[in-house]
Amino acid sequence: MAAPNATDVLLDYDEALAKYEPVLGFEVHVELSTATKMFSAAPNPAAGDDPAAPNTAVAPVDMGLPGSLPVVNAEAVRYSISLGLALGCSIAESCRFARKNYFYPDLGKNYQISQYDEPIAFEGSVEVELEDGTLFQVPIERAHMEEDAGKLTHMGGATGRIHGADAALVDYNRAGVPLVEIVTKPIFGAEHLAPQLAKAYVATIRDIVRSLGISRARMERGNLRCDANVSLRPRGETRLGTRTETKNVNSLRSVERAVRYEIQRQAAILEAGGSIVQETRHWHEDTGTTSAGRPKSDADDYRYFPEPDLLPIRPSAELVQQLRAALPESPTQFRRRLQADYGFTDSEFRDILNANVLVELEETVGAGAAPAQARKWWLGEILRIANARGVEPGSLVSPLHVSELIALVETGELTDRLARQVLEGVVAGEGSPEHVVKARGLAVVSDDSALLAAIDQALGEQPDVLQKIRDGKVQAAGAVIGAVMKAMRGQADAARVRELVLERANA
Amino acid sequence: MSDATPPAVITAAEVTHLAGLARIALRPDEIEHLAGELTQIVDAVARVRRVATPDVPATSHPLPLVNVLRDDVVGAVLTPEQVLAGAPAAQDGRFRVPAILGEEQ
Repeated sequence: MAAPNATDVLLDYDEALAKYEPVLGFEVHVELSTATKMFSAAPNPAAGDDPAAPNTAVAPVDMGLPGSLPVVNAEAVRYSISLGLALGCSIAESCRFARKNYFYPDLGKNYQISQYDEPIAFEGSVEVELEDGTLFQVPIERAHMEEDAGKLTHMGGATGRIHGADAALVDYNRAGVPLVEIVTKPIFGAEHLAPQLAKAYVATIRDIVRSLGISRARMERGNLRCDANVSLRPRGETRLGTRTETKNVNSLRSVERAVRYEIQRQAAILEAGGSIVQETRHWHEDTGTTSAGRPKSDADDYRYFPEPDLLPIRPSAELVQQLRAALPESPTQFRRRLQADYGFTDSEFRDILNANVLVELEETVGAGAAPAQARKWWLGEILRIANARGVEPGSLVSPLHVSELIALVETGELTDRLARQVLEGVVAGEGSPEHVVKARGLAVVSDDSALLAAIDQALGEQPDVLQKIRDGKVQAAGAVIGAVMKAMRGQADAARVRELVLERANA
Repeated sequence: MSDATPPAVITAAEVTHLAGLARIALRPDEIEHLAGELTQIVDAVARVRRVATPDVPATSHPLPLVNVLRDDVVGAVLTPEQVLAGAPAAQDGRFRVPAILGEEQ
């Protein structure tokens, strides 16, 4: 078993592209944000804000306890149909569930309820916009309903990961969470933009499910997970090359990097006359590499058969029509509309897209903030913290809290400097901006008597300042303002302090 | 049956493969025995297939029911103690299982 290290030989990216055509494929799993699980009435942790304590959101069905029977969540079916429609898919007149049999402790019953030969949605297409504005159609094979599995934490071993682990701990909270798996057809023609297309595709799926309101879509929490299939074929070859499937790719940036890495790794093997092993590969965020997982084998013989405990689903034409009529605009339309509404330039708008904060920005404006202010915060302090931590800006703070923060600055309760401290508290999980202001005692001192006391104190220490101001050297006030701001620990409005100093001088 | 199609034969190798997938330990004599029985079952299914014409839809569920659904309303859950009541080993509120090398979900 290969250890996760950088022993892979990589071919130069441009050289790889000159000799080989990359073909992509994606399997994206979306955890739906229904109140309950797919087949039980246990609360759905994927809908919540905070992770639940282990094994506290588990019903007998989720563990496959004898005598328990699954019942399909009607809302999950509606969400799945909406998603299928947003992906341009046909909705099955009738579909059924199937058992996918495998032995692994992430599911207690030794099978996962999924859909096999009759997915709820099939044959669609998604429009993806690349950074330069190019539109790319990604063909969709199918979108099917299934249940998520429990979470294993591997114990022991040198790395804490599975290689060398001697035991694993299992939490079944996630078992039974409603999932939709979206499978693309092979994607041709992305060429040197393949890594960028991969990122843009996953971002588009994220934007779609968020605009539908059917998933929290937090990649860092696993609400949205991407397996990226990459294969290469020599220029002019019509048959597909052997593909690898890279798992554990849980940020947009990683999707892009992982695809690029696989192209370079596979190209080097092919150039050396070797052949690609069809296998699962694991992405390692820290090293930016992939390593071999298990090869495809007997274990992939899942012995699918129709789930006898569940009856077929036949969505009525009325329901499908109703959900179709309620679809929001597409991500491309959404972007065009926002850019026009907010009056951002192309370059301003591209920065927003590159930082993946458009939806956050829209929600912040929706909560009452001015577009320019919302842009300033999301692309400024929030993005700075996100970059420093290597996470998505949207995972740090909610749009509602950002809009509250902006409102506090607008009303003069906070200066920009204080607001940044408040943001720090919100990001640290100390509560809403209002709450952090109170808890940390950060509000601007707007009580003039407190300011005047500090001003008089500073003037007493610098007695010549008043005369200088009276002589017309207004800039001399700066020294006093600085002393007052320091005395107030920054919690004063410098403009107001300046006004008061000048009033004192001219009194 | 006077049908020209010979019955499919389930081999001992296929039974061994299936037993491996299903994690069932079988002795050689059991494998031979099951190969014979499974051959008969497959043959019985094949007879049904010969009778069924293309206008007969496939049946995976015998009941004429569809859309048996539940509203998305939170109900009862087990306590962590109940969840772990049948666990051979537990740690930190979770099941403790032997590591399975070479596999990862």
